[in-house]
Amino acid sequence: MAEAEFIKGNEAIAMGAIEAGCRFYFGYPITPQNDIPEYMSRHLPDVGGTFIQAESEIASINMLLGASSTGARAMTSSSSPGISLKQEGISYMCGSQIPGVIVNMSRSGPGLGGIDPSQGDYFQATRGGGHGDYRTIVLAPHSVQENYDLTMKAFDLADKYRNPVLILGDALLGQMKEPIRRRKYRKKEFPKDWTMTGAKGREKRLIKSLYLSEGELTDHNWMLNKKYQSMKREIMFETQFMEGAKLVVVAFGSVARILKSTVQMARDRGMKVGLFRPITLFPFPYAALDKISHSIKNFMALELNTGQMLEDLKLSVGHKKNQVDFYGRPPGSIPSPDELFNEIKKIYKKRIG
Amino acid sequence: MKQTFKRPKALVDIPSHFCPGCHHGIIHRLVAECIDLYGVREKTIGVASVGCSVFLYDYFNADVVEAPHGRAPAVATGVKRARPDNFVFTYQGDGDLAAIGTAEIIHAANRGEQITVIFVNNTVFGMTGGQMAPTTMSGQETTTTPFGRDLKTNGFPIKMSELLTELPGSTFVARAAVNNSKNLMKAKKLLKRAFEVQINGEGFSFVEFLSACPTNWKMTPKQATERVQEEMIPYFPLGVFKGGQE
Ligand SMILES: Cc1ncc(C[n+]2csc(CCOP(=O)(O)OP(=O)(O)O)c2C)c(N)n1
Ligand code: SF4
Repeated sequence: MAEAEFIKGNEAIAMGAIEAGCRFYFGYPITPQNDIPEYMSRHLPDVGGTFIQAESEIASINMLLGASSTGARAMTSSSSPGISLKQEGISYMCGSQIPGVIVNMSRSGPGLGGIDPSQGDYFQATRGGGHGDYRTIVLAPHSVQENYDLTMKAFDLADKYRNPVLILGDALLGQMKEPIRRRKYRKKEFPKDWTMTGAKGREKRLIKSLYLSEGELTDHNWMLNKKYQSMKREIMFETQFMEGAKLVVVAFGSVARILKSTVQMARDRGMKVGLFRPITLFPFPYAALDKISHSIKNFMALELNTGQMLEDLKLSVGHKKNQVDFYGRPPGSIPSPDELFNEIKKIYKKRIG
Repeated sequence: MKQTFKRPKALVDIPSHFCPGCHHGIIHRLVAECIDLYGVREKTIGVASVGCSVFLYDYFNADVVEAPHGRAPAVATGVKRARPDNFVFTYQGDGDLAAIGTAEIIHAANRGEQITVIFVNNTVFGMTGGQMAPTTMSGQETTTTPFGRDLKTNGFPIKMSELLTELPGSTFVARAAVNNSKNLMKAKKLLKRAFEVQINGEGFSFVEFLSACPTNWKMTPKQATERVQEEMIPYFPLGVFKGGQE
C-alpha cells in the first residue's frame, strides 16, 4: 500500500483526476478552488495533457463539452457563481449525452456572497441546476481521501452513463490538509461508438440535443429519464452507530465530517445517536433511509444552509409518523462539534427524553 | 456528356430548409467543396451553432457536434485540443458569433486555436424572426428596430473581421460575399486559404461571409442580393485582412 501523504483537499481532486486518465482541464479562477487549476497547469503537461485557463466559466464548460465529445477524459472545476454560469452547458451535455466531470468547491451565496464553506448549492446540484428536466450524478466527499477516490470514480460513472458527474465539496473540503493514500487507477473500458473522431470508414455521427420532429423530444426525455432511474444502482452512503440508535442525524460533506466527532461525543454520554451520510446526493438514498425508518422514528438533518437536503430526507422518511427535525446554518462560520452536539441534545431531549 | 455541376461528397443529398434566395445554402456548398478538395471529410469535425444553420449536422456528411448559442469556438477548442489531427470548423451566424458569443470568438482567435471559423453575417437574427443583430446596418428596420437602427441608442454595426485582425493570435482573416459569380470565385479562394491555414498548422483562420436573408429583409431574392452589393459591401469591405496567400 502506498505511503500516506499530507495533501490539500483541492489537490487531492486534481491528483485523482490525473490518475483516472483526465488529460484535459478547462477552468477559470475562483476562490476556494484555485489549487485545482494550479495543480493541473503544473502537472498535466507531464502526462501529455492540456490545461487551458479559459476566458470564463461559460467557455470552460463548453471546452469540456467539446473535448469530452471526442471521448477524451476531461474536467472543469469552479465554485458556486462559476457553477451557475456553467449550467447551460451542463444542460446541453445532459441532453447530448456527453460525459465529463465538474467540480463545485462551493462557496456561500447568494450573489458574490463570501468564500466560507456552504452547502447552499444542494438544490442546484441535485435538481439538474440548469434548464430542462435532467439530472447529473452528484458525489459528496467528506474527506481529502474521498476527494481523491470519488474523483476517480466520477470519471468511470460519467463514461458509464454518458452523463456529466458533479463533485460537490466546499471551502472546508478544498482547503483542509489530511493524509491520503494514493492508489493505482484500474482502467475500465467503455463503448466509444458515439464519439467525434471523423467519419473514417464509418457513417457520420452527430451529437446534439435538438429534437424537433413530432414526439422525438418526448421519447428522448423518457430515454434520459430511464437512464437517470438506472443510476440508482450507484447509490452510496455511510452509516455509523446505527445499532440501537433512537435518533439518526443525516448530513453530507463537510458537516458530516464534523458530525463524526459529535456523534462520538453523544454516544460517550449515553445518547443513542446514529449517523447517516449520503455520499451520492443524486441519486439520493431514499430507499435506505426509508428502510431505517421502519425501526427508528426520529431523524434530524444538519446542513450549512437553511434546509435543502432536508426535503430529500422528508421525502425518504416523512410519510410515516416519523419526526424530522432540522438544524441548519447559513454561511458565515463553521459549527464546532460542541455546537452541533448542543443542537442534537436539544432535539434528543425533546423527542426521546 | 460531362457532368460539370455535382453535389460535393461532403454534403448529404437531402432538401435544405433554407428560404429561397438565402445564402446559407451557397456557403454550405463552398465549405463542402473545400472539404472535398482537401480530402478531409473523414477527418472533419464540424461544430454547429444555434441559428438558421443549426441543421448543419443534417446537411454535412461528416461528424458534427452541436454547441450552445455562441459557444462554438469554445467547443471547437475542446475538440481540436483533444483531436489535433482532425479538421475542425465552426459555422456561426452574426447573433451567435458577434453578440452572445463575442467572448468565445475573441479568445479562441487570441489563443490562436487551430480551427476554421465560418462566420455568416446577414445583419439580422434569422432564426428568431429578424431581430436586430450587432451587424444590423444604420437605419435598417428589423423587428426590434421598427424605426430603423439608431446608432445613438443601438450602437454601431460591428466589424468582426477588422476586430479579429487586430488580435496577435489570429493567422488568417478575410471577408467574402457570394452575391455574384465574381465574388463567389473570390470567396472560394479565401475559403481555400482558410482551410490551408488549419491543414498546415499555421493557426486560427476566419472567413466572414456577407449573406442575404430575403425573408427577414422582406425582399425578393434578387433585391436581397442587390442589397449585399449596394449597402453591405461599402460598409463591410471584402478582401483579406490578414495572412494572405503563403
Ligand atoms: C442562450 C440562448 N439565447 C437565445 C437563443 C435564441 N436564438 C436562437 S438563434 C438566435 C440568433 C440567430 O441569429 P444568427 O446567429 O445571426 O443566425 P441566423 O439565424 O441569422 O443564421 C437566437 C437569439 C438561444 N437559442 N439560446
Ligand atoms: S430566415 Fe434568413 S437566414 Fe434563415 S433560412 Fe431564411 S433567409 Fe436564410
